[in-house]
Amino acid sequence: MTLRLAPVLSRSWDDQDSYTLDGYRRHDGYTAVVKALTEMTQDEVIEEVKESGLRGRGGGGFPTGMKWKFIPQGDGKPHYFVVNADESEPGTCKDIPFLLANPHELIEGIVIGSYAIRANHAFVYVRGEVTHVVRRLLAAVREAYAAGYLGRDILGSGYDLELTVHVGAGAYICGEETALLDSLEGRRGQPRNRPPFPAVEGLYASPTVVNNVESVASVPSIIRNGKDWFRGFGTEKSAGFGFFSLSGHVVRPGQYEAGLGVTLRELLELAGGIRNGNRLKFWTPGGSSTPLFTEEHLDVPLDFENVAAAGSILGTRALQVFDETTCVVRAVLRWSEFYAHESCGKCTPCREGTYWLVQAYRRLESGQGSEAELEKLLDICDNINGRAFCALGDGATAPITSSIKYFREEYLDHLRHGGCPFDPARTTVWAPALTGAF
Amino acid sequence: MSTAELGFPAVPARGYPQAVKDRLDPDADAVIGRYPQAGSALLPLLHLVQAEEGYVSGDGIRYCAEKLGLSTAEVSGVATFYSMYKRREVGDYHVGVCTNTLCAVLGGDEIFAALKAYLGVGNDERTAVSPEGRSLTLEHIECNAACDFAPMMTVNWEFFDNMTPEKAKRLVDDLLAGRPVVASRGPAVCGFRETERILAGFEDRRTDAVRAGGSAGPESLAGLRIAKQRGDA
Repeated sequence: MTLRLAPVLSRSWDDQDSYTLDGYRRHDGYTAVVKALTEMTQDEVIEEVKESGLRGRGGGGFPTGMKWKFIPQGDGKPHYFVVNADESEPGTCKDIPFLLANPHELIEGIVIGSYAIRANHAFVYVRGEVTHVVRRLLAAVREAYAAGYLGRDILGSGYDLELTVHVGAGAYICGEETALLDSLEGRRGQPRNRPPFPAVEGLYASPTVVNNVESVASVPSIIRNGKDWFRGFGTEKSAGFGFFSLSGHVVRPGQYEAGLGVTLRELLELAGGIRNGNRLKFWTPGGSSTPLFTEEHLDVPLDFENVAAAGSILGTRALQVFDETTCVVRAVLRWSEFYAHESCGKCTPCREGTYWLVQAYRRLESGQGSEAELEKLLDICDNINGRAFCALGDGATAPITSSIKYFREEYLDHLRHGGCPFDPARTTVWAPALTGAF
Repeated sequence: MSTAELGFPAVPARGYPQAVKDRLDPDADAVIGRYPQAGSALLPLLHLVQAEEGYVSGDGIRYCAEKLGLSTAEVSGVATFYSMYKRREVGDYHVGVCTNTLCAVLGGDEIFAALKAYLGVGNDERTAVSPEGRSLTLEHIECNAACDFAPMMTVNWEFFDNMTPEKAKRLVDDLLAGRPVVASRGPAVCGFRETERILAGFEDRRTDAVRAGGSAGPESLAGLRIAKQRGDA
């Protein structure tokens, strides 16, 4: 069967003004919030989202409706709705173009979600290194207040909601939801012990939902069209649609919105294949923290269950594609340097482990040391994985253990060769096509 | 060389002159007013003081501490955790080159090496002031969520997509010569300090800036265009 794309969140992006209130309204914008606030109770909204099967689009895959249902009711505390727009996972590039093109659909989702969990203050925690996205968000929030979708007595329903855009300052760890909350409280972004979970003690020790941008933005279409419509996309356990972000050595990189369960082979067919007719070497299914895949995984359905069964994680569907010109040791060393730089320092396995991983990697890449260096890498990974405070440590080990599994000989080639046997000039966008056997 | 670099503790900051405080207070109070608890205002306030001086100075730290009832040690602890807060003054433009794996492999490493050689500066270093009175700070940056536009760069955190070493050199030439430079997806870049004020949560004073750059870049539309051609949409 040929792949069918499902442009829902991206449906309006080729309009010149899709990011404005008027542009969004032309595409059914703010009709779901009217339905939710005037025809549905809070619990009905939660039930609809739960039964739609929507699972977290930020990488975790936790059912969104369940998260909302965990918020205690009648507890007398304020509740908070927080959107994680700190998109920083290497390879992940879906929320930022979404926010640039359609911030109002996120705002509509925020109003619906906040109403459902009985929150009167919501926050968008957006990473700082995206000035134009901040501009678009600030303008959209201003428009939404002026149109009466935010503020007091929204649409005459008696429901009040304040929305604050909060701009981060450059720390990958703040994408971890409890580190994000500490950062939003004005502290260093370091993860918190759990339990208590944010649903019980989140922002200001009050019940809090933290959802990814794409998860929240999917809610208006679910309310508009119904849970059964949403379940018509994707698979039984991985319902709905999502962005598949193709980058790297492909002819037409970009955003491809489709039902969950598509394969990289199908997506590559639409994207024109690997550049210059080269061979696919390795790829990430969901960012650098998800174990690498190779050519043998081209037909793995990209849904939560099948990617896990094949030994990786669906993650953020950030499909970074590398062809045969790329040295896997160079690629993974660079990711390892990233994790060492971004480790927050709170727990010893991650703080020390990511540092020593980089030292061992640099020796290997330059052809120094012996095969024992490889065992040392795996040993350090073993001491981080499952022992770190949060998922950053686990993520740091994913590309290392998987690349050694699939490309052990290439590591050893560095030792035999006394350095990297690849020419880095051949990997660039402007490198001439390969001639003859590589 | 400052005393801090010799290993001596820095002299306590004296704080901003009253005139500066009077000018900053309305903005700072607006920032604090966005939050149910004042402490949450610290990150945007640090952006605000960086908008004032081009970096987070001891005076800026003291200003934030006084506004929020924190110690300067507490504010320093936060300011030094986040990589966007700079401890040395940034030039008129902060120029970033993504060298995380995907951009590096697609050409980011070559671009960064070319710019370092061309400008004669290292990572996180500032150029001399040009005859036109401009300077820039060059830094290699981590993944900036534009992988489908790789290799990508930033100027004052605006997107510069699908770069090459030659385009990068022309870009810094234009910046140092004071010629207008327009982002791939965004408006003409403004100065670093004006940018930091936007990141403190204030709208761009140029009211048309929000419209610049269209809704989406061509790569963002790749799937939608195919879907429309094939009748999937």
